[in-house]
Amino acid sequence: MTAKLVLENVKHRPVRTLLSTLLIAVPVTLILTLVGLTHGMLEDSEQRARGIGADIWIKPPGTSFATTLSGAPISEGLVEYLQKNELHIKLAIGSVVQVVEGITIVVTGVDLDKFSQMSGGLQYVAGGPPRAANDIIIDQYYAAQKKLRVGSTVVLFKKPWHVSGVFTGGKLSRIILPIRILQDLTSSPGKVSQIFLKLDDAKYTDAVVADLKMKLPDYPIYPMSELTSLYTASNFAGLNEFITVIVGLGVVIGFFVVCLSMYMAVLQRTREIGILKSLGASNGFIVRIILAEGLLLGVGGTIIGIGLSFGSWWLIRTLVPASIQMVIVPAWWPIAGAITLVGAGFGALYPGLNAARHDPIEALAYE
Amino acid sequence: MNNGRTIIEIRGLRKVYHVGEVEVLALRGIDLDVQTGEFVSIVGPSGSGKSTLFHIIGGLTPPTSGRVRVSDRELGEMSEADRTRLRKQTVAFVFQKFNLLPNLTARDNIAVARYLAGKEQKPDAQFEEALKLLGIAERLDHKPSALSGGEQQRVAIARAIVNHPAILLADEPTGNLDTENSKAVLSLIRDLNARLGQTILMITHNPEAAAYGHRTLHMRDGQIEKIV
Repeated sequence: MTAKLVLENVKHRPVRTLLSTLLIAVPVTLILTLVGLTHGMLEDSEQRARGIGADIWIKPPGTSFATTLSGAPISEGLVEYLQKNELHIKLAIGSVVQVVEGITIVVTGVDLDKFSQMSGGLQYVAGGPPRAANDIIIDQYYAAQKKLRVGSTVVLFKKPWHVSGVFTGGKLSRIILPIRILQDLTSSPGKVSQIFLKLDDAKYTDAVVADLKMKLPDYPIYPMSELTSLYTASNFAGLNEFITVIVGLGVVIGFFVVCLSMYMAVLQRTREIGILKSLGASNGFIVRIILAEGLLLGVGGTIIGIGLSFGSWWLIRTLVPASIQMVIVPAWWPIAGAITLVGAGFGALYPGLNAARHDPIEALAYE
Repeated sequence: MNNGRTIIEIRGLRKVYHVGEVEVLALRGIDLDVQTGEFVSIVGPSGSGKSTLFHIIGGLTPPTSGRVRVSDRELGEMSEADRTRLRKQTVAFVFQKFNLLPNLTARDNIAVARYLAGKEQKPDAQFEEALKLLGIAERLDHKPSALSGGEQQRVAIARAIVNHPAILLADEPTGNLDTENSKAVLSLIRDLNARLGQTILMITHNPEAAAYGHRTLHMRDGQIEKIV
């Protein structure tokens, strides 16, 4: 009977119910979108790093795998030295990285022939590798976002470039140039931003990493096999704290929305509360139905919020597929739901207690 | 029907309300005995204390002083939880404005009363007989907004008697009804009293309605002026 009473109350004022659940859905969508973006960006970065086909990744001193570095502080001589002198290194290549838009779109300069040997080559959906000095290749996500195709002109570094090929993505970066051209553009001839090593057998990875760490103590050196454990939110400064703040906001918004909604509902139902009390409803029963209604709104808000997160995912995928990536993370649905229900539960508590305190005679006289 | 057992015993009942800083003396020393199965009408002008007397007997508010025994229980010594239990088990109200829950059907309005009294099983044969008497069996699946005033009041009566309360307090039950419906509801209340032996106290402004009771209490200025 309690469930029926609560359900009928919710159905009786459909606009209030809809508005409340939509407002509760906002923080749910916010949380799920943020978490989806975090997972999406990390997975995309990991996938592109893994797509290089290297066994070991060397970054410049003072940086980490998570740093998107513009500039090339490593001497190209180190690449040659590693290739010639280190055991088990089948192929060493350097690349230059230059951020061109925001913090997510970068141009990578690389020796495409050597990169093909290391990665197995790029898969072109149209066109092919750069031939002329102003040729550039882009991945399909960048092409979709900027509405570019083979033969299009794209302006980067304040000069026009001719798109010679569109590749499938998932390797290196969104935009690729021959390394010499990017070194000239960034005034860093003979320098690289990072080094990738391919070993003659991956089983030597740990031994080579240990050896290199001794010889190059200032350089962060990562075995690619550890990428999955490296690409987590906790390894990116401030990301976990940011997620915590958004989750906290979710609880607070859920609390206030439900508190306000249920407070209004209690005011509107003063007489009905008086009727229930005249029938022998205890204060506990009154609190219970208000709490149950708040939690029901929370459940509705969670379901709508999950639905809206698919909307965020679609919008991001359609409008900015190259700049940001979002994935749907079902594991976070119950977490977002629990966060919302905590907010909704606390939000309904005060109106519930307030309703229970109503004097039944005054409540029955309420018009 | 009167079996001679006192179900309500009131001695020196006073009730003071505080409206802001002003004290309002609503009842000024009421003495009253009501026997089980009795049908008592209460008349009097507005502000004479009729409803306050009902609210105290029904456990909606405690007395300020004096002794009130309802079904062998002393109301002055009751906690709020005890008074809630009294409304569940012993006393039921019928109001002038029907006071049905607008979101629920007539059937569910009756079911809520049973649920709150801890009786989830179907009502017994005696209640089914009362439902026939009330003539609302065909209208039970409608919400109050789809029922006429007379039908709403019959549902309210059904809800009030579904748990077989010892006492039915009817506060101007015909106040919002036309003449025809008023007569029908009053006849029903009298039948409930006559057939089921239900103890009934009924507030009314209407002398004709008051005449349905076994005796009539006249109240004025918080006191019983006379009993006829």
